[in-house]
Amino acid sequence: MAKELWKGNEAIAEAAIRAGCDCFFGYPITPQSEVPEYMSLHMPEHGKVFVQSESEVAAINMVYGAAGSGMRAMTSSSSPGISLKQEGITYLAGAELPAVIVNCMRGGPGLGTIQPGQGDYYQATRGGGNGDYRTVVLAPSNIQEAVDFTQEAFDIADQYRNPVMVVCDGLIGQMMEPIEWRELPKRNLAPKDWATTGKHGRDHTNVVNSLFIDPNECDVHNDHLAAKYAEMEKNEVRWDEHNCEDAEVIITAYGTPARIALTAIEQLREEGVKAGLFRPITLWPFPEKALHDLAAKPQVKAFVDVEMSSTGQMIDDVRLAVEGQKPISYLGHAGGVMPTVEEMVEAAKKALKEVK
Amino acid sequence: MAIVYQKSAGLTDKQLHYCPGCHHGIIHKLVAESLVELGLLDDAIGVCPVGCSVFAYNYFNCDMQEAAHGRAPAVATGIKRTHPNQPIFTYQGDGDLASIGTAEIVHAAMRGEKFTTIFVNNAIYGMTGGQMAPTTLIGQKATTCPLGRTKEQAGMPIRMAEMLATLDGCVYAERVCVADMANLNKAKKAIKKAFQLQMENKGFTFVEVLSTCPTNWGMTPLKAVEWLKENMAAYYPLGVVKDIETEAK
Repeated sequence: MAKELWKGNEAIAEAAIRAGCDCFFGYPITPQSEVPEYMSLHMPEHGKVFVQSESEVAAINMVYGAAGSGMRAMTSSSSPGISLKQEGITYLAGAELPAVIVNCMRGGPGLGTIQPGQGDYYQATRGGGNGDYRTVVLAPSNIQEAVDFTQEAFDIADQYRNPVMVVCDGLIGQMMEPIEWRELPKRNLAPKDWATTGKHGRDHTNVVNSLFIDPNECDVHNDHLAAKYAEMEKNEVRWDEHNCEDAEVIITAYGTPARIALTAIEQLREEGVKAGLFRPITLWPFPEKALHDLAAKPQVKAFVDVEMSSTGQMIDDVRLAVEGQKPISYLGHAGGVMPTVEEMVEAAKKALKEVK
Repeated sequence: MAIVYQKSAGLTDKQLHYCPGCHHGIIHKLVAESLVELGLLDDAIGVCPVGCSVFAYNYFNCDMQEAAHGRAPAVATGIKRTHPNQPIFTYQGDGDLASIGTAEIVHAAMRGEKFTTIFVNNAIYGMTGGQMAPTTLIGQKATTCPLGRTKEQAGMPIRMAEMLATLDGCVYAERVCVADMANLNKAKKAIKKAFQLQMENKGFTFVEVLSTCPTNWGMTPLKAVEWLKENMAAYYPLGVVKDIETEAK
C-alpha cells in the first residue's frame, strides 16, 4: 500500500476512526488540538459522535458514560488537561470501563510550555488518579507507531475493560511523516454484556459503578483488578532493542529522544564505541525483565537514560530493572529543549570512561 | 382481592437506606412510576450522583451508571449522544448539582442535551453529615456554618431552576415538592412531562424537587415538612419556571 504523508495528531484521529471509535469527547489544548479538530469534521461523516466539552473533566466523564453504555470512546488532551482527566481515569479503572486516552505531552509543571515534554511519565505509569490502578501506556516513537498503537489501544482496552493511554510527546503530535494504513490483527473480544444499554427484557439491571462501600467487597474488587493488571504485565509488555547484541553502553529512551538516540548510536559506532538503544514501547507494563537480563550481560558496562524531563522519571523504572548491576547516568531537558545527538554521544562516552 | 396499591415495577426489592422522614424514597417512587406509566422503563438508563442518593443504582429497576461527584450531566451526555432514542436521566442532589457540578449541569443545559435531570434540593450536604450547601438558606445552621449561613460569608443561596431556565437549551424547568398529596401529584405530573418532552426531542428538561433532611436539619420528619413549606418554598418558589410548550401558545 502506498505511503501517505500525515501530521501526527490528525493521523491519531484518523486511526481512531478506522479502529471503530464510536464517539470522541475533547477540549482544545496545545499541542493536541488537531485531534478534536479532525474529529469534529470527520466523526459526523461516519455517523459517529463528536462533542466539544466544557472542560477536560467533562470530556472524560462523557467518555465514562459512553464507554459504560458499550461504546468505543476516546478523548485526547495534553499534560495540564490530562491532569484534569485523572478523576475520570480512576473512575474508568474502578468501574472497569474500556477507553482510549491520548496524551500529547508538553512541558510542565503547571502551565509549563506548549513545547514537547515527557514529564507525565509518573502520572501515566503510576495510575495518576486516586487508588490502586494501572493503565496500559503505549509510547509511539514515530507516526506509524502512533497510528498502529491508537488502533490497537481500543482492542486492548476492550479486552481488559480498562483505560489505555497513548502517550506521545508534542513533537510526534505536531510533525508530519509518511505512514502506511495497515490492517492490524484483531483481538478476540467478548461481547459487552455488562454495558448499560437499557434492560430490553434482560432479567437484571446492568450497573456501572466503582463504589464498594463494604471494605471486604472493596478488597475483593481490588484483588480482581490486581489480577487483571498482572495479566496485562504478562501479555502486553513491549520494547525494542537496537544494536544491543554487542553494546557496552546502552541508552534507554522512549518517544522522540529514542529517535535522536538512533543517530547518536550511529555516530558512536563510527567512532568505535559499541552503543545500543533499549526503548520501552509500553511504559506500563515496563519491560523490566528484558532490561534486567540485558544489564546482566557481561559486555554491558553502563546505561545512559535520556528523557525530555529535567529530573528524570523513567530512570526510576530503569533503576528498578537494572537493580544496581551496572551504573546508570542521566541526560535530560524539560519542555521543548531536545537532548541533542552531541550530548548523547558525550554522555555515553563519559559513562563508559567512568567504568573502565 | 383488588390490588389498590403496590410498589412500582420501576423499583427493585432492595431495602432503601434513607433516613426516616427523608423524601428521597418518595421521589424515587415518582420517577419509577413515571417511567413505567410512560412505557420507558425497559429502555431507560439512569445516572446517579455522589451524595445521599449514591446508591440509587440499587433501587431503580433500570440500567444505571454511578457518576463521579457532580459529573452526572457529562456522563448522561456521553450516554444520550450515543443512544439518542432512549430515555436518559440524572438524579442529583444539591451539593452534587449546585456546587461541584455546576459546570456540567450548565453546559448540558446550554447544549440542550436531551435528557431529564431530577434535582433533589434539601438545602444541605446530607451524606457527609450536614455541611452547608450552596442552597442552604440564610440563617440556617449547618456543620460548616454552625452559627447560621450569612450573606456576607457565603453569599445568597443559588436558585438552579431559574438559572438554568435562562438558557435556550433548557426547554422545561419546574420546581416542586412532595410535602403533601397535592404537591406530590404536581411533582409526578412535572416528572412525567419532563420525560415526555425529552422523548419528543425538545431539549434539556429539569425538575427541582424540594426535599427534607430531618437528620441533618435536627428536626422530626413532621417538623421538617413544616419547615420546608415555610422556609424553603418561600425562597425557592414552587411552580413552572419555564415551559416552551406554554410559551409557544
